[in-house]
Amino acid sequence: MILIQNSLGKIGASVLGLLASIGRVTLFTLAALSHVLRAPFYIREFWTALIRIGWLSLPVVGLTALFTGGALALQIYAGGGRFNAEALMPQIVAVGMVRELGPVLVGLMIAARVTSSIAAEIATMKVTEQIDALVTLSTDPMKYLVVPRVLAALLVVPCLVGVGDLIGIAGGWSVATGSLDFNSATYLRNTVTFLEPLDIVSSLVKGCAFGGIAALMGCYFGMNSGRGAQGVGKATETSVVAASVLILAANFVLTGVFFSL
Amino acid sequence: MISLHGVAKSFGHNDVLRGVDLEIPKGSSMVIIGGSGTGKSVTLKCVLGLVQPDAGRILVDGQDVTQVKRDAFLARFGMLFQGAALFDSLSVWQNVAFRLLQRSNKLSKTDAKEIAVEKLRRVGLKPDVADRFPAELSGGMQKRVGLARAIAADPEIIFFDEPTTGLDPIMAGVINDLIREIVVELGVTAMTITHDMSSVRAIADHVAMLHHGRIQWTGPISELDHCGDAHVTQFITGSAEGPIEAVR
Repeated sequence: MILIQNSLGKIGASVLGLLASIGRVTLFTLAALSHVLRAPFYIREFWTALIRIGWLSLPVVGLTALFTGGALALQIYAGGGRFNAEALMPQIVAVGMVRELGPVLVGLMIAARVTSSIAAEIATMKVTEQIDALVTLSTDPMKYLVVPRVLAALLVVPCLVGVGDLIGIAGGWSVATGSLDFNSATYLRNTVTFLEPLDIVSSLVKGCAFGGIAALMGCYFGMNSGRGAQGVGKATETSVVAASVLILAANFVLTGVFFSL
Repeated sequence: MISLHGVAKSFGHNDVLRGVDLEIPKGSSMVIIGGSGTGKSVTLKCVLGLVQPDAGRILVDGQDVTQVKRDAFLARFGMLFQGAALFDSLSVWQNVAFRLLQRSNKLSKTDAKEIAVEKLRRVGLKPDVADRFPAELSGGMQKRVGLARAIAADPEIIFFDEPTTGLDPIMAGVINDLIREIVVELGVTAMTITHDMSSVRAIADHVAMLHHGRIQWTGPISELDHCGDAHVTQFITGSAEGPIEAVR
């Protein structure tokens, strides 16, 4: 009986802990968003974040999309061959990349590269009292550290997703025309005519949501980091895991919203 | 004047401050001594509002610190952090001039840099340091930059958190002398927390000893060596024998 009570107690404590964490993240998100429209604005911090999140992520996003597009083309060609549907490859690659793989893979790469970097940077600032120093210098850390990063991610990750979609399609095209004897013009025409505006809108909206999640998780876990190197490491690890899981969950919800209604 | 009345603060089950009562006269230099973990930094952070006390009142010039406008209140303070807490992504002069470039008293970059270079010179650093980054500086130079940042906006009150920790004795002496000079020259109210007795003797007008979350003894520096308090005597002589447990 005591064993059952202890087990139930632990489950209850975990559930309460989870709910408390969700509450804290929600309050943090609302606080961050409430600061977006209120002065002062740190333009320099915003531009720096824009470059670091957007421009410097291009290589990793491009390579990920290129290889995924190429692999997707090979898989569809091989799988489609079982029921003579190889010719549908351009359309499936386009839809697969734009609706699903482009945003999700870019989101996950951003979580790996940007969330970890934001969390580690802010956590280190906290551990070394730089955040306390900001406060004593009459500067709100939420405005100076969080808002520029979140705003930059909200704006630039959809662009990265757009670039990733294009490069992914180009990866499929290069495999199809280079080694599978597809006609280049036909491939591109099929791709363009098959895609609908909703596919592209959903891709960009997902990019916006995933960018926001990635930046917010980095900022939240960085600002709430524990002490010392272990605290920074834990904050970084937790932020990437939380961002990745939330991106996948948000992808499921957004896919449902866009394509199941 | 800074007054603390019954300030208490706990972190979980750890009662760090258990009712601190302390008065720091305007224009004087108060040094708070005490062992590690006795709540010296928490006391200082309570005054600045970085930590919210669970009980008690803190008054600065008669105004309750919880009732004041934060920006205007913090603009009166300068603070030197234990590890200097310089912003890694900014150059030395941008660190020093950080407050000067904020909205409330924003100066042009040229003017702000000019003041930053002047403050750097005041703490014994050459102008060529201004364009370097904190990571390129030694610990002693970082402390000086932190000191320059603390005095950049000509504050009325300056806090020094363990100003000589991590420095060699000579550099510690240099920093102590600089602090003393600046405090006298600017006529500011200073509050320093340290467990370095050489800092105490160089910086203090008044000393307070924090022990078990309360002020154990306070008085002028001239009375420190003959105060008759066993805790203070043990602390300043660095003895393992006495009322303060050596293992905490």
